Amino acid sequence: MAENLLEIKNLKIGATVYPPGEKPHDITIAQEISLTLKKGQVMGLIGESGAGKSTIGLSAMSYGRGGVQLTGGEVIVNGRDILQIGAQGLRELRGREVTYVSQSAAASFNPAMRLMEQVIETTLLHGLSTKKQAEERAVELFAALGLPDPENIGNRYPHQVSGGQLQRAMTAMALCPKPDLIVFDEPTTALDVTTQIDVLAAIKKAIRDTGVAALYITHDLAVVAQVSDEILVLRHGRMVEHGTTEHIINSPKEEYTQQLVSAHSIQHEEKKPTEKPILSVENISASYGGAIKVLSNVSVDIYPGQTLAVVGESGSGKSTLARVITGLLPPSEGRITFEGEELSPALPERSIEDLRQLQMIYQMADVAMNPRQTVGTIIGRPLELYFGMRGAEKRKRVIELLDEIEMGEKFIDRYPAELSGGQKQRVCIARSLAAKPKLIICDEVTSALDPLVADGILKLLLDLQKVEDVAYLFITHDLATVKSISDSIAVMYQGELVRYGQKSEVLAPPFDDYTDLLLSSVPEMKLGWLEEVIAHRKMESAGN
Amino acid sequence: MNFKRIPISALVGILATSGFLFIALFAPVIAPYGMAEIVGDVWEPMSDKFWLGTDNIGRDLLTRMMYGARTTIFIAGVATILSFGLGSVLGFTAAVKGGWVDMVMSRAVDLLMSIPTLIFALVVLSVLPGNLLTLIVVMGILDSTRVYRLSRAVAVDINVMDYVEAARLRGEGLRWIIFKEILPNALSPLVAELGLRFIFMILFLSSLSFLGLGIQPPEADWGSMVKANKDGINFGIPAALIPGFAIAILAISVNLVADWILNRTSDLKGGRG
Amino acid sequence: MGHPILNLVAQRIALGCLLLLMASVLIFIGTQILPGDIAQSILGQSATPEAVANLRKDLGLNDPAYVRYFTWLSGVLQGDLGVALSNGKPIAQAVGQRLSNTLFLAGWAALISVPLAVLLGLLAVQYKNRWPDKLISGVTLTTISLPEFFLGYLLIFFISVQLRWFPSVAIINDSMSLGQKLNTIALPVAVLVLVVLAQMMRMTRAAILNVMQSAYIETAELKGITPFQVIRKHAFPNAIAPIINVIMLNLAYLVVGVVIVEVVFAYPGMGQYLVDHVSKRDVPVVQACALIFASVYISLNIVADIVSIVANPRLRHPK
Repeated sequence: MAENLLEIKNLKIGATVYPPGEKPHDITIAQEISLTLKKGQVMGLIGESGAGKSTIGLSAMSYGRGGVQLTGGEVIVNGRDILQIGAQGLRELRGREVTYVSQSAAASFNPAMRLMEQVIETTLLHGLSTKKQAEERAVELFAALGLPDPENIGNRYPHQVSGGQLQRAMTAMALCPKPDLIVFDEPTTALDVTTQIDVLAAIKKAIRDTGVAALYITHDLAVVAQVSDEILVLRHGRMVEHGTTEHIINSPKEEYTQQLVSAHSIQHEEKKPTEKPILSVENISASYGGAIKVLSNVSVDIYPGQTLAVVGESGSGKSTLARVITGLLPPSEGRITFEGEELSPALPERSIEDLRQLQMIYQMADVAMNPRQTVGTIIGRPLELYFGMRGAEKRKRVIELLDEIEMGEKFIDRYPAELSGGQKQRVCIARSLAAKPKLIICDEVTSALDPLVADGILKLLLDLQKVEDVAYLFITHDLATVKSISDSIAVMYQGELVRYGQKSEVLAPPFDDYTDLLLSSVPEMKLGWLEEVIAHRKMESAGN
Repeated sequence: MNFKRIPISALVGILATSGFLFIALFAPVIAPYGMAEIVGDVWEPMSDKFWLGTDNIGRDLLTRMMYGARTTIFIAGVATILSFGLGSVLGFTAAVKGGWVDMVMSRAVDLLMSIPTLIFALVVLSVLPGNLLTLIVVMGILDSTRVYRLSRAVAVDINVMDYVEAARLRGEGLRWIIFKEILPNALSPLVAELGLRFIFMILFLSSLSFLGLGIQPPEADWGSMVKANKDGINFGIPAALIPGFAIAILAISVNLVADWILNRTSDLKGGRG
Repeated sequence: MGHPILNLVAQRIALGCLLLLMASVLIFIGTQILPGDIAQSILGQSATPEAVANLRKDLGLNDPAYVRYFTWLSGVLQGDLGVALSNGKPIAQAVGQRLSNTLFLAGWAALISVPLAVLLGLLAVQYKNRWPDKLISGVTLTTISLPEFFLGYLLIFFISVQLRWFPSVAIINDSMSLGQKLNTIALPVAVLVLVVLAQMMRMTRAAILNVMQSAYIETAELKGITPFQVIRKHAFPNAIAPIINVIMLNLAYLVVGVVIVEVVFAYPGMGQYLVDHVSKRDVPVVQACALIFASVYISLNIVADIVSIVANPRLRHPK
């Protein structure tokens, strides 16, 4: 039975780009791509953003998103080259032999149609079964994928179910016509960590039960290691390494793959709390518009030169805590003291000195910088505002800061649009350092970045902490990051503090249920990890 | 700025618009006859003497057109400046201040916009004395509602960006936030809108004059020239079409420029241009 | 508490009525409180002070403004629009026939322009960035730059005077048959169609393109559905609300465009009536006409609002 289902031979993918103010020109997105997939096999495609992994995955359906074109090579599905079969041939292939699960199921369902109609649409279209049979199969799949109330959930509209549920429904939609191959395009990336594990397990079970083959596209090596038989590592549109999952995880040959496997391996020695905290949050409660309480009775301390990590999923209130501390959202109860002095609850009442001491770095570096200002202006403004620096003196200090973030003087006249994602975040770090603050709030600063770039940022933050003796309040959903950077940890769930203390205490058993769930949900770069976790869970994730 | 990067359509637009501006500025110098001077017969055809013929009482049409350009462009221009100044400042303030300031101003604008502009202008002009100042103020205020909506919408979008929040956290004042953070990023859609508002003003003023409620004779302006010469149409005399044609050409030229500016919005480095 | 959608719709209608009420206040203020004495305006600068004082008394101008407003409003609500200053006849009588004439003209323009605009908009989407699309956007740019009166005289000059196909003056009366009427209003309808068509087409195109770029359209394509089915089942149900919205907004624009077109073609409608009486400074007539125009305009906007509420699946099927 070991015949080839999918065979990609020397595929080349290009696109025409239209940069503003320049002539349109062609670029190559991926080249020299060759792979074979046997029936019932799962192959993981892994790479950073820009590696061309989605584009290559969609080539199995001969589909180019936007202006993308498959310009050379062959894509053979069930014995025929699908690049040559014409529009009618493609319609027979898509939805019948190959189906697709996208990253954002929420956007991929038609908002004006009931789920059931959409799930069985393909089956009916290709005349694969009667409507009744198709609906029965859909209900079976809903049940197999762990959707609540499988009999009736199909009558709902997409906006009436949660994100995790939609992702499962989309998987059911892909499985319904009994295809030979499913292309999964980052199906769990948009979900919360604890939900991700459940959906991942459901997808894995469905793949095993139906014997369908799959291309599983993701940027997260630990995730793909749980579901795939083989892994193909991609970078800049080229193949880097290909092998069995075990080979890639346990004995990667290429240097790039080795780096990917060892990402998140930064070590950080925990520091003991000093006598006086630099910032104390005491019994803070807060709500938006007075209606729903998003924070209740939270108290934490941050010590000079140390890092407090606040972990939680979306809706846990961790970002709200940051807004309260910065004064953007005055709390309804409680108080905040900075170096022993009480801070005004609202931003407009704080002194410029208080503002200087407390800086913030954002998740999305590209929207945290004014696109019309140069790097020099962005970093120079705090120097002007807080220290009255002008001209050559200011420029000298900006260059020093650029050196500190390992970028250098040549970037001083560039605009944010001319920087890479990692460089943008570094400039934001420099901007906050320019104020010489005592505390920097880092709001998910690495979660929009590729793993290796994120590691670089974390290393830089740790190094700077030593030099500048600055404290961090590090907000994140990613426990791996927490382990590598923090001195103390606060775990938040639905607006409350569920666990708080030194890193070594918080990460040591016995755990409360939620912390256990959260800790166990961080994908580990280990074969068979998913099964272990699912077997040991005590609590359902919030996203279901 | 690199001139080679300007598309041909925009270049044509820029050239034509400058041509009109030149004529408007130097009308008294380049016009062959006096503005209200009767120099020939009624509705003389085009000739070497009268390039565009003469009008309904024997004045040179080309001369009238040149002076008309002066009046039309001047009034529309001043009204646009008024509308833009008023609309954008209030719009930005509403977006940045938020709260009740935004509420009150936005509802007032909704109300003003619930009556069609032309109808409201007719209502007001039925009681106010018909002079230049009234015309400019009425046109400017009524049109500023559109500018207010646009600048508020653009500013609200920018105001929620992290870099504006960062500026607030840094302790920047309202002036810095409006002029250094928001304005540079709102500039291209606003400049494009400036072009569109100017066209609208030209059309609006011409319509009012055409209805006999705008510029009063003997002052020349394109709308009232259409009104004065419209009876000729039925005798096959195209004198009334010429000012209409000029309005169309000017409007298209400005439109081409505005379109090009709007398309450049995606170019983030364009702030220096 | 009924279905949330009913509540929303009721809310919109109530809001619309409030807006209309405020608009009536604004129109009243616009004519009564602004500087410039109405009586003086009517009689001209040379009038004797006694004549002005007499007229003021006749018009009730000596009452406080709010009293006059409520007198006027209660009259309007009972169908009494007041009396025209210029000829002393009740306004409601004169307006009735003219309003139906105007609706006749605008109705035909809408009947022709709406299907045409949607069709051309679909065509522009189908041939996006190819010559039909570029042609359409070029024509759009041109027609929005043309004043209505210029278009009108252009048509009169070429089609009526040179070719003699249709009359240049569009005076209709009740004794005409429908065919005669349509022949008479052919040119004004053509102008109105040209004026709104471009905008409507352009906005329809944008609305459909917006929907076509959604991820669920890609999902449908990847299901192997034919392009026609993609549009029929997935794009159209989601595009209908924005398209109807576009149509309503443009019909509202039509209401304004009709004023100038009526003057150009001497058509006996509301627009011409209004303009005539603005020059005569006949304030009661101006108020009445402005109020009618405003209510049509506001109603169309409410309809547009309601359509987008009703067509939204999130509101139709709440959680």
